[in-house]
Parts: sequence; C-alpha cells; structure tokens
Amino acid sequence: MGREAWSLWEVFVRSRAGLAHQHVGSLHAADAEMALENARDVYTRRGEGASLWVVPATAIVASDPADSSSFFALDEEFRHPTHYVVPDGVTGI
Amino acid sequence: MYTQGLDQADALPDEELSERFEAKVAAEEKVEPTDWMPAAYRTLLTRQIAQHAHSEIVGMLPEGNWISRAPSLRRKGILLAKVQDEAGHGLYLYSAAETLGVTRDELVDQLLSGKAKYSSIFNYPTLTWADCGAIGWLVDGAAIMNQVPLCRCSYGPYARAMVRICREESFHQRQGFEIMTVLAQGSPEQKAMAQESLDRWWWPALMMFGPPDGESVHNDRSMRWKVKRFTNDELRQKFVDMTVPQAHFLGLTLPDPELSFDGEHWTFGEPDWAEFKRVLAGDGPCNKERLAARRDAHADGAWVREAALAHAEKKRG
Repeated sequence: MGREAWSLWEVFVRSRAGLAHQHVGSLHAADAEMALENARDVYTRRGEGASLWVVPATAIVASDPADSSSFFALDEEFRHPTHYVVPDGVTGI
Repeated sequence: MYTQGLDQADALPDEELSERFEAKVAAEEKVEPTDWMPAAYRTLLTRQIAQHAHSEIVGMLPEGNWISRAPSLRRKGILLAKVQDEAGHGLYLYSAAETLGVTRDELVDQLLSGKAKYSSIFNYPTLTWADCGAIGWLVDGAAIMNQVPLCRCSYGPYARAMVRICREESFHQRQGFEIMTVLAQGSPEQKAMAQESLDRWWWPALMMFGPPDGESVHNDRSMRWKVKRFTNDELRQKFVDMTVPQAHFLGLTLPDPELSFDGEHWTFGEPDWAEFKRVLAGDGPCNKERLAARRDAHADGAWVREAALAHAEKKRG
C-alpha cells in the first residue's frame, strides 16, 4: 500500500456558550470522526472547549490575497461614524 | 488552503514586493500564509518551525523513559500529561510549518532521515528520577525563556502556536521545580540525587540558547525579520539570572566555579562549545537511540495509519 497522507482538517473551538467558534489550528485525520477526536486531544486538553468544529481544509473557499485591495472596500470612509462631524453642543448622537 | 500564495504569479516585480514586505515587518505587522514573502524568509521560518516541532517530538523520549517508573500515581499522571503536551506542541508546530508549503510527510522524513536537526538537549540520557525534575525546571525553563518572545514573531501561525505552547509550558516548569524541591528537602540520598542531576543538566541547558552571538549564523536576519527578538547571549543571561536564586532556594550548588554576582547580573563560565557542536552534529550520548526510537515508532505505526484510511474508505462506501 502506498503512502497516502491523511487529509488536512481545520479546527474551530467554542470556548464557552455565548462565544463564536474560533479557528485554533489544523490537524491531519483519516476521517471526520478521527478529526474530531484528534481535535479534542490536540486543542482542548485543559477544558478550553465547549464545542468543536472540524472542517475539511479543501471545503474552505478563501479570498485571493492578491485581490485583497480591490476585494475589500477600503475607501468608503463615510460608512464609519467617525466620518461625520457632530456639531459642538449636540449630544446623544 | 494555506499555500495558494505559492502558486500564483506575482504581478509586481520582486524588488517592490520585497520592499513592501520589509516595511510591513518593520512596522510590526504580521505575515500570514498567503502573503508574499521572500524565499529566504520562507526557508528560514520553515527550518526554524520544523526544528522546533522535531524538538517537541523527540523531547517526549527522555521523560517518556520514566512514565512506567514514576514514584507515585500523582507523578505518573503529571508526567503523562506533560509528555502528551509535548506531542501536542509538536503537532501545533508541524501545522504551522505546513502553512509555509511543506507537507507533514516531508517534515517527518527530514527528521527520520537525520537530515533535520532538533534541540541538542534531548540527546542526553535521563538516568535518575531527579532528571525529570531537572528537565522540567531547567530545560522547560530555558524553553520558556526562548519561546515567550516568539509569541511576537512576525509569522502569524508560528506566533499563534507559540501563544498556546507558552500557556502550557509553565506547568512543565513548575512540576519540575516541585520534583526538585521535594528531593532537595528529602533524605541526604534524595538531595544528592537532585544535586547530581543538576550537575549533569546545567551546562546542556545553557547550550539550548545556541552558540555565542559572535558565532550565530542567522542572528542578523532573524532579528531584522522579527523572528527573533533577543540574541542567544541575551536570553542565556536572562535564564542564568532567573535560575541562580532558584538553585539557592533549593540549597543546591550550580556546577560553575566562575559564577558570581556583579550587582546586577550573574556572570558565569563558558559552556563547552566543542561538546555542543559534537552533540548537534549527531555524536551526543543518545543521538542514535533517539532517532532509532522515532524510526521504530513511525514504522510500527504504519499499519495503524493505513488501517485508518481503509476504515474511512469503507465507511464512505
């Protein structure tokens, strides 16, 4: 049997209820069940997690870093509240 | 997903990309896997993270030697947890290295073929139980000194892995110091065992910081690219300043007749750099044994890796 590598999985941990799952790293596993168990052993040895997601790395669609300046709008300052001058004396805005 | 940056043609000429990269790093911005980076930066980081990962993996062996002979169930549980942490640290770091475009198999092959280096310290034997104390106290203590600044390394995935590692490493140092404390305050035989262990581990621990600054090859570039924040000698000095009072607390004597306090720092003697080079080049007390143990473990696990794939295949139907 040839040396086929275990596939790459990205690991996301919710540290406690109320918080979003956050990417913590990656690991290799033969299947989803093993990925979940490995993620528990590698990334939550000290009770860091209340919930785990493992996602095949190939399933993630990422933006192209070469396009980041055109892909992400940067020049629309007016979208930010700091763009607007609130007249002196006006409060509650 | 992390190596797409390797495949695409860069629209800008290398000089301009390089200038932007240098400016970004100088401004303390982080470099992420898909960002353009100079080939030399990629090579430096891949080599450093891989060596670091290999060190964690080989680092399981000296202490693993004592798991079955730990003096109590509590010590056994602690030692198991510590060795498991080392495995975990190796895995965080291999993952970080893979974001630079190298595969796990390539990394493992580099270690098993003897091509890749790992920390010289793990080529020394653990002859007594006190060695588990000395390793936690000194070796993990030195590792923390070296690793805390790496949490601010310019390469994002490495820095993030180091944050996780440093958080866990402190337990390693404390459990080691506790072992030393118990022995140092125990029977005369136990105290002698602690002293003998300290005598053997002190100099190799100082060597962990690498050669003196004048002889260190990658220092300038590593510092400019914010991979390293302190030189080898600076970190070694910090370690000595931190550790000498701890040895005094234990009532143990550091095996260095030149040790003296100058009012601010502890001055210390020169480690045996010929020994350091010998051990790093493969001729330490345990180099062959360590590599043989890794090769055996990898070969013995081959059927498990294959069976897991076959099982996954079968489940997919």
